[in-house]
Amino acid sequence: MATQPLITDPVTASPASWGAPLAALREFVVDAVDEATHGSRAYHLWMATLTLIMCCGAYAYSTQLSTGLAVTGMHDHVSWGLYISNFTFLVGVAAAAVVLVLPTYVLHDVAFKKAVLIGEAMAVAAVVMAIGFVVVDVGGPARLWHVTPMIGVFNWPQSLLAWDIVVLNVYLIINVTVPFYILFSHYRNREPDPRFYVPAMLMSILWAVSLHLVTAFLFAGLAARPHWNNALMGPRFLATAFTAGPALMILVLQVISKQTAYKIRTETIAKMALVVTVAAQITVVMTISEMFKEFYFPTHHSMSSQYLFFGLDGHHALRPWIWTAIGIIVLATAILSIHKLRRNPWTLNVACVLLFIGILIEKGLGTVVPGFIPENWGKIHEYVPTSTELVVSAGIWAGGAFLFTILAKVGVAVELGQIRVSPANSGPGDRA
Amino acid sequence: MRVNQSIDDLVQIQPAPPPGDASRNPVEQLLGLQVDRRTAVAMAGTALAAGAGLLNAAFNPFGTAESKEKAKLEWAEFFQGNFRLMSSDEKQDTVRRLERLYEMESGKSIRVSADGPRERVLYGYAFNVSRCEGYMDCVRACVQENNQDRSSNMAYIRIHEHEKGEINFEHASDDFYHQVPAAGHFYIGTQCYHCQNPPCTKVCPTQATWMEPDGIVVVDYNWCIGCRYCMAACPYDARRFNWSDPSVPEEELNPNQHYLGNRMRKKGVVEKCTFCIQRSRNGKSPACVEACPTGARIFGNLLDPDSEIRWVLANKKVFRLKEDLGTEPKLWYFMD
Repeated sequence: MATQPLITDPVTASPASWGAPLAALREFVVDAVDEATHGSRAYHLWMATLTLIMCCGAYAYSTQLSTGLAVTGMHDHVSWGLYISNFTFLVGVAAAAVVLVLPTYVLHDVAFKKAVLIGEAMAVAAVVMAIGFVVVDVGGPARLWHVTPMIGVFNWPQSLLAWDIVVLNVYLIINVTVPFYILFSHYRNREPDPRFYVPAMLMSILWAVSLHLVTAFLFAGLAARPHWNNALMGPRFLATAFTAGPALMILVLQVISKQTAYKIRTETIAKMALVVTVAAQITVVMTISEMFKEFYFPTHHSMSSQYLFFGLDGHHALRPWIWTAIGIIVLATAILSIHKLRRNPWTLNVACVLLFIGILIEKGLGTVVPGFIPENWGKIHEYVPTSTELVVSAGIWAGGAFLFTILAKVGVAVELGQIRVSPANSGPGDRA
Repeated sequence: MRVNQSIDDLVQIQPAPPPGDASRNPVEQLLGLQVDRRTAVAMAGTALAAGAGLLNAAFNPFGTAESKEKAKLEWAEFFQGNFRLMSSDEKQDTVRRLERLYEMESGKSIRVSADGPRERVLYGYAFNVSRCEGYMDCVRACVQENNQDRSSNMAYIRIHEHEKGEINFEHASDDFYHQVPAAGHFYIGTQCYHCQNPPCTKVCPTQATWMEPDGIVVVDYNWCIGCRYCMAACPYDARRFNWSDPSVPEEELNPNQHYLGNRMRKKGVVEKCTFCIQRSRNGKSPACVEACPTGARIFGNLLDPDSEIRWVLANKKVFRLKEDLGTEPKLWYFMD
């Protein structure tokens, strides 16, 4: 079969040969919708719950749209809050797909082959959520067409936000098109052409790293905020991304293994656990390094850290959060560093949950918010998210989970051969 | 025929041209035009506006002529481009549209200027720390002149009360409620410094904020998407956000406005001090300078060797705040 010419090669395909793929595409969409809308009782309950949360989020967002961002806890001094915190965290989760992509396509490690599609689905969901959090954060979502390249005025390369818009969208496109191409090829009982998807995957590796670096630079480039204006920002973002992202993926892969016939090898989980462990250890070292710099000889530039870790002038809203985050990150890192505990599924899962929550707090409330406290002239105006903000955020998270569930369910069904093209639409060169 | 004139025809800013006039047929004009992408988008938007207006006229028996005109103007406003990149005719269209919209909403007329920078002018500002006694007349004058939101008590200027012996803003108070000047204290005002190397304009993803040739850092409130990146980038707390719909009592509204200055803002956009662009470009001083009872505030043209600001820079020992950031503020402090 290896000598069989590749029908789907986009370069050599003649216009006349597009009829069959189009019919197959139509069939694929029908099958995918069918797959996504049918499932067990638990599946329907899960999706219904997510839909309910999304509806609550949509309602909360509608009140924000009509009243303005005054319904949030943000103000002129802390002008970014929970939304941008979530955005920052989710960009890291999105970037973490590289942990699966790199070994699969560069190191040709077969252990990751089955997990990589799930990782890409998670990257898509995370990027969509990240974009969602930016959209709910801006004051004029209707005017967002102003940042569309070519149509609006795009301040590239000056604005790091413009860079972020580029990297987010390109990363999204790569992670939608390549897995779709691979799945659709499998759906049509064909082998995808590595000449097409391998270069794209290599690009996605580069893109994943730049995605989170650019997001870190978005903060690190601001001399006005000493808390962010440090060279460790980028590397630290990468370390936390490769901690929290794969930690979430370890949990999700186990759920999929349990719920479907798509079995992820324990070897895959073990290797990912090792990645999480090393990234978590680096995160801890970087945290110590940062705290040493801030507290050995505190200056005016250490005021945000002072506020964050110990409180300032009687204000200490973030203090319990950051110590909780650091506590559970250190605890989880310790668990993972002991081989016996890392290999035990139960303790591994506990560590992964702890790391996910710990980094979510650390990246959000521990990084974004204290950058604004104290404000430019040294006054302390604290920030507490409102219920509207919390419900909108929950809605976006539910949306991401909803999207991921659909992508993963259809992907798994194709990979298991449960949905395949009908012989009528399979076209010439059918390999089934 | 210029592009913007054809847009003008389509939008039908009063009075509307007769529809049957073949010599001014906008479709013919459009077909014969060579346009760039941005103009094409603007024109498509205008066409949409015209289309919506026509639909409204055809199917809505209750719509008055005025409500139709308003809908058209609002559509045109939504699709307008970045003010900095507009031709002078487009700028005129834009401000006329704002005037008409305000008139339709409130029944009152305002004057919105689109005056450009004056030749050979670079504005600078000096603040005499010895003179300021914390009366806050500057703050009140600024709020009134610039139509700032009353409901959120927005103010561009902050007066910091320092205890004598140190200049440390962390120890100063900016919300004092007692008789001034308080014994043993001195006062420093902060506001936008109109930095010559502004970090805020660099980070804006849409170039909705920029430095004008006369050195004033402005915001196009219609182009701003409200991401607030500029607020994070400003080291001086110069920028304010409209967290909800700004409101100014009708009787207190300043009708002499500038597109880049004190015209009414919408919710969800950033605004800031513009050295009272509506005044300074008419040869007047900003409201804060005029209101200060002690003469602590000095404003003028840095390129004019005979200006008072140049005299201060040449003869006083001046300093600026957070100079280590390299932002090159055009607001200097000095003491007698």
